Amino acid sequence: MSVTDQEVRHVAKLARLALGEEEIARMVPELNNILGWVEQLSEVDTDGVEPLTAVIANDLRLRDDVVDDGDCRDEVLANAPDAQHGFFAVPKVIE
Amino acid sequence: MSELTAKTIAELRDGFRGGEFSAREIAEAFNAAVESGKALNAWTVATPELALEAAAVADSAVVSKTLLPLSGIPLGIKDLFCTAGVESTTGSRILAGFKPTYESTVSGKLKAAGAGMLGKLNMDEFAMGSSNETSAYGPVISPWKRSDGGNAALTPGGSSGGSAAAVAAGMAPGVTGTDTGGSIRQPAAFTGICGIKPTYGRCSRWGIVAFASSLDQAGPMARTVRDCAILLENMAGFDPKDATSLDLPVPQWEASLSSDLKGKRVGIPKEYRIDGVPGEINALWDQGIAWLKDAGATIVEISLPHTKYALPTYYIIAPAEASSNLARYDGVRYGLREMGVKSLDDMYAATRSAGFGTEVKRRIMIGTYVLSAGFYDAYFTKAQKVRALVKRDFARAFEQCDLILTPTAPSAAFGLGEKMSDPLAMYLNDVFAVPASLAGLPAMSVPGGVDGQGLPLGLHIIGRELDEQSVLDAGLAIEERAGFTARAEKWW
Repeated sequence: MSVTDQEVRHVAKLARLALGEEEIARMVPELNNILGWVEQLSEVDTDGVEPLTAVIANDLRLRDDVVDDGDCRDEVLANAPDAQHGFFAVPKVIE
Repeated sequence: MSELTAKTIAELRDGFRGGEFSAREIAEAFNAAVESGKALNAWTVATPELALEAAAVADSAVVSKTLLPLSGIPLGIKDLFCTAGVESTTGSRILAGFKPTYESTVSGKLKAAGAGMLGKLNMDEFAMGSSNETSAYGPVISPWKRSDGGNAALTPGGSSGGSAAAVAAGMAPGVTGTDTGGSIRQPAAFTGICGIKPTYGRCSRWGIVAFASSLDQAGPMARTVRDCAILLENMAGFDPKDATSLDLPVPQWEASLSSDLKGKRVGIPKEYRIDGVPGEINALWDQGIAWLKDAGATIVEISLPHTKYALPTYYIIAPAEASSNLARYDGVRYGLREMGVKSLDDMYAATRSAGFGTEVKRRIMIGTYVLSAGFYDAYFTKAQKVRALVKRDFARAFEQCDLILTPTAPSAAFGLGEKMSDPLAMYLNDVFAVPASLAGLPAMSVPGGVDGQGLPLGLHIIGRELDEQSVLDAGLAIEERAGFTARAEKWW
């Protein structure tokens, strides 16, 4: 499997990365090199093997459905690039 | 003063308790070493005042006899750990200036145990790298030099390269690292120190900036095996804030340390004899086998048939998880924001492009590709199945043995710039470390000797899940027999 310029542009869009022409030109052969290398996994017979999801057996814990913190708006906003009136501010979304 | 910076954590702890020196003297000695070690670029932020503050508490605790396990010990903290009120950048431009309002569970536990903080340690950006060269703050330079008379700047390894360099250069008696595919063990090997990655889930990941969540695990790095045991005891433990943290008691690893390996069977995986690995590395491996035999262990040959596939599996799973984890860096809640754009979507893309470095973008791209429609099963599901086989290999091997011994890395430290142009060659540096990460197993690097250029080489011990004790014990057996005393000569 190998990727084209076009596909790299599409993946960059999905990943929300604005890549310049030069970056794309460099990335196409690099990604192809890496993808070509991982291709060797197709040699491995994985019929009937369950994909591993939890590396160490551990039951998923559920916590009680109660508020256990909160009232920390200023802390949440402390690192915001732009906070106004107690909210995160972003460029206009709706015209 | 400089004698204090040559001491191990155990020696500092015991000397401080015995009244030989004060916590303030310890903190001042290390603060001075940090200050004079700037040429190594190991720290992103120094916090001498925090080290002194903790020392003052420790010194009054001596008087009132309310000592804590790490009273008097100052530590370095990898910049991947969020530390309340202290900049936490994870080696990335996108988090420049980020001051968390909260403390990671692991660094919080160390503080609660009385440890002071000397500062934050430089690292590969988002822990993605094996040489520290992907840091937005410039590479860490190893305190070690080749003995060929050349002056080449060497890598301390990565991603915990700042952590490794700080210990090797006597700027901290112990540090935290994190290991996703070898990021504690490979830098420990490159700099002649010890480092252990515990079983996945032993240490809480809460407040540690996420790279690949099913692999990331915190662990200590220090000069000796005993020091690693001391630190790990104070880092590990259940945390309700991390659903993958294991709800188990923390063993007393230090008190139980024993280098007597009678009755232990040590497996030597035949698949780890890899073409192209320098003879010196294989010779050290053979020496390690002899040392463990001398400690009473029985050696058995084992097979881990899927070893060859571990690295490509890792380079699907880790980027896939990274691409998902790093989606949160969008310029809205914290970190960099690029303006001068019209729409919210443009702001996301512009911010991420300006904030992430080349390696991080490369991995986000691979991860996004292998998770995208049409490729998910062919790449991601397939890799998770092979990961299950890698784990099964270890489970079968551990029916025949209690521990596994291998080299830590396929080379000694290389020069800065030597591998940067070839991402694949860089990835291959983790060939021995990655399989244990995929299987979630405890694994440790201990210095075994030096190569022909005088550079440290490490031996790598892998244990059964939750059996950190046996790993530490075998580490101690190697440490006692290797008598590794080489130190980087001070040039910085």
